[in-house]
Amino acid sequence: MKLDSKIPEGPLEKKWQNHKANIRLVNPANKRNIDVIVVGTGLAGASAAASLAEMGYNVKAFCFQDSPRRAHSIAAQGGINAAKNYQNDGDSVYRLFYDTIKGGDYRSREANVYRLAEVSANIIDQAVAQGVPFAREYGGNLDNRSFGGVQVSRTFYAKGQTGQQLLLGAYSALSRQIAKGKVKLYNRHEMMEVVVVDGKARGIIARNLVTGEIQRHGAHAVVLASGGYGNVFFLSTNAMGSNGSAAWKAHRKGALFANPCFTQIHPTCIPVSGEHQSKLTLMSESLRNDGRIWVPKDRKDAEAIRAGKLKPTDLPEEKRDYYLERRYPSFGNLVPRDVASRAAKERCDEGFGVNKTGEAVYLDFAAAIERYGKTEANIQGIDNPSPEKIRELGTKVVEAKYGNLFAMYEKIVDDNPYETPMMIYPAVHYTMGGLWVDYNLMTSVPGLFALGEANFSDHGANRLGASALMQGLADGYFVIPYTIGDYLADEIRTGEIDTNHEAFAAAENEVKGNIDKLMNNAGKKHSVDYYHKKLGRIMWDKCGMARNAQGLTEAIKEIQELRAEYWDNVKIPGKADEMNPELDKAMRVADFMELGELMCKDALEREESCGGHFREEYQTEEGEALRRDEDFAFVSAWKYSGDPSTTELVKEDLVFENVELKTRSYK
Amino acid sequence: MSMDLKLKIWRQANANSKGELKDYNISDVSEDSSFLEMMDQLNEELIEKGDEPVAFDHDCREGICGMCSMHINGEPHGPENETTTCQLHMRKFKDGDTIYVEPWRARAFPVMKDLVVNRDAMDRVIQAGGFVSVNTSGNTLDANAIPVPKANADEAFNAATCIGCGACVAACPNASAMLFVSAKVSQLALLPQGQVEAKDRVLNMVNQMDLEGFGNCSNVGACAEECPKGISLENIARMNREYLSASISSEK
Repeated sequence: MKLDSKIPEGPLEKKWQNHKANIRLVNPANKRNIDVIVVGTGLAGASAAASLAEMGYNVKAFCFQDSPRRAHSIAAQGGINAAKNYQNDGDSVYRLFYDTIKGGDYRSREANVYRLAEVSANIIDQAVAQGVPFAREYGGNLDNRSFGGVQVSRTFYAKGQTGQQLLLGAYSALSRQIAKGKVKLYNRHEMMEVVVVDGKARGIIARNLVTGEIQRHGAHAVVLASGGYGNVFFLSTNAMGSNGSAAWKAHRKGALFANPCFTQIHPTCIPVSGEHQSKLTLMSESLRNDGRIWVPKDRKDAEAIRAGKLKPTDLPEEKRDYYLERRYPSFGNLVPRDVASRAAKERCDEGFGVNKTGEAVYLDFAAAIERYGKTEANIQGIDNPSPEKIRELGTKVVEAKYGNLFAMYEKIVDDNPYETPMMIYPAVHYTMGGLWVDYNLMTSVPGLFALGEANFSDHGANRLGASALMQGLADGYFVIPYTIGDYLADEIRTGEIDTNHEAFAAAENEVKGNIDKLMNNAGKKHSVDYYHKKLGRIMWDKCGMARNAQGLTEAIKEIQELRAEYWDNVKIPGKADEMNPELDKAMRVADFMELGELMCKDALEREESCGGHFREEYQTEEGEALRRDEDFAFVSAWKYSGDPSTTELVKEDLVFENVELKTRSYK
Repeated sequence: MSMDLKLKIWRQANANSKGELKDYNISDVSEDSSFLEMMDQLNEELIEKGDEPVAFDHDCREGICGMCSMHINGEPHGPENETTTCQLHMRKFKDGDTIYVEPWRARAFPVMKDLVVNRDAMDRVIQAGGFVSVNTSGNTLDANAIPVPKANADEAFNAATCIGCGACVAACPNASAMLFVSAKVSQLALLPQGQVEAKDRVLNMVNQMDLEGFGNCSNVGACAEECPKGISLENIARMNREYLSASISSEK
């Protein structure tokens, strides 16, 4: 099998313009006769559904939550990147492109990333026009801040709730189309299968989560914007319902799954506190603008802190190790996420961790509070302010910037982060891997598209902060509206899709069969969570921040065994034809049990370290990731053939014409 | 520290059946658990015993998606101010406490199962006008073409932080949705982008709110008191002004 990424000809900066000029269109009268299904209503899904409906297509939008506004994009905190160069600090489309390619450790496609950078500025214009209340300066213009892995301030934000504001913007656009009848919303519905007729995606099988009814929905194209699969690890910053099932079902129906092992472990999350924990909470990367990360220099001090005999605030400056500033002087605390996470793990593994479990480092705002306090005292004309006054003024500034995050931290940890440094530790946050798509965002199944986190295309082996919102909205607002037309231009004579076709019946039977198998197995031993936690443990221990061949080989075997046990023994109470959250969960975990194996297989196959994928066998003497461009400058796209263990690897070579491959250095 | 608790939880099989409070005992609850993690623990025990777990809505578990609900000891989202149920932690309770857990109660929010209610009415209110009618084009004005005074932008943001959970409705003795509706009206009324459709917006949204069966506002203020995001009553005042001036001057 040969993969055609369909990258347009011409110089990098002309590719998207040329493509748009040459792409086929569907005229308005024909659009009215074409149906499109959009699965997921996060940034990518809501923006795509709204835009396609505005253009005239008939859209059906599906979300498993009670409202489209609940999609997990809502929880994105820090911001959205855009090459506006409002700060006059040297930003440009090229620089955003370059930072993203480099940040992704040279494992993404140049043309896709360049397009992303190119349309980024339009996103901000569009959002402002919709009434998204971004943070502003006193002059009334938009404010910016910095994120990791870059040296400019290009991140637009709305306090620590940027995702919420952008999603509500897309949700409002979607709501407008629902009111017009151009979008039919199916909330509390979950996609269970993609239906492929004569090689083309022609619809989905959905399940009504209130009644359990299994439904057939036909369409001329299916757009998956169903998010990432971080919940494979059980504990992650994803929402409880976030799942990989839509993407996995597409994979089983022929869509290639690319780079599944590229997982982003985010450095600044609230550490695990105990067995009861159901999810982990992110503390925005934006905090690294002002917070300094440290652990004690001396192991004895770390032990004393862990035993509760020493307070971090009592430890003098010279006894602290600001290890990111020490190791990476030019980027300091703002190194990319993969680098920051590994550095935290390294310190904790060496015995310098600072909480009961030994798996936490400090994120300290004392210096920022003092710095802001002094500036504020100057602004207010206070001569010789007392240290208390400086603290008071500085605390107010920090509160204005990060107040909601600090409040959230205090609620969860029961500790005041203005007084004592925050404790943080890396946690699973985002998955760069996803369905393989070409330049048009179409998967290897014609008529099946994947947007946002559900695809693999833009972030390589590591996503930069504030780029997920950018990609979700770029795909939904500005890419798919053009590229879907190129496919649908051939569908204007197709007519309504017949859901009585045998492919629909077969897909429906498959869904019903799986539900039946899970509900009526022989064992009925343990709950879904019991098995999900076991899977999560295997993944975190052996396919987490550091991986090696032995661990991955073991993990594959363990997952295979666990999967068999799961199908035989999972215990699901209630019935299938009523509201049954345990059954919803069980179906998702069944897919995670396969996806997890593929992730391990991909990680085992990729014998190099790059971005979030760190193979212990491949590191420099200083412990940095060792990429092997000669052998691994390709996308690993996996083709399903009945079982994850027999999945076949198809390579898409990555060609770099504009960027020179270098060892990524943030020193 | 772990604690033992008595729970009185509303159980209702579906929208058409009668519900009742049922008693449960739970022990070894960590004070570091969130309220929903305590519910997870209860559900795990129920499943192991072969009973049906309690259905409740939840998703992000970081206080922002607005999906979790629950009336806890008579208050939406429980005893702590400006906190969603998922962010409420068990350290706010004491060993031996009895806790009442019920669904949102409002005519516009029918119970679907146990603690799950139908909040589609709120989506329909937004569909009636909670948007700026601008198509996706990428050719709108440059984002900085219209400066917005910081104070207005901040106020608009504060109103826009509403998570659409429905606690305001659940807290109100009239089951009014004024705080929810006014938050969206205010956000867009405070921004230049929202001006063009301001009159129609407030009239249509208020009309839809009434159609959905939400009650009237009688200035009790419980909504703002119970709002997990601290949405202010000033928004209701602003919406009333908007509504009055739109009613007088609207040409429709």
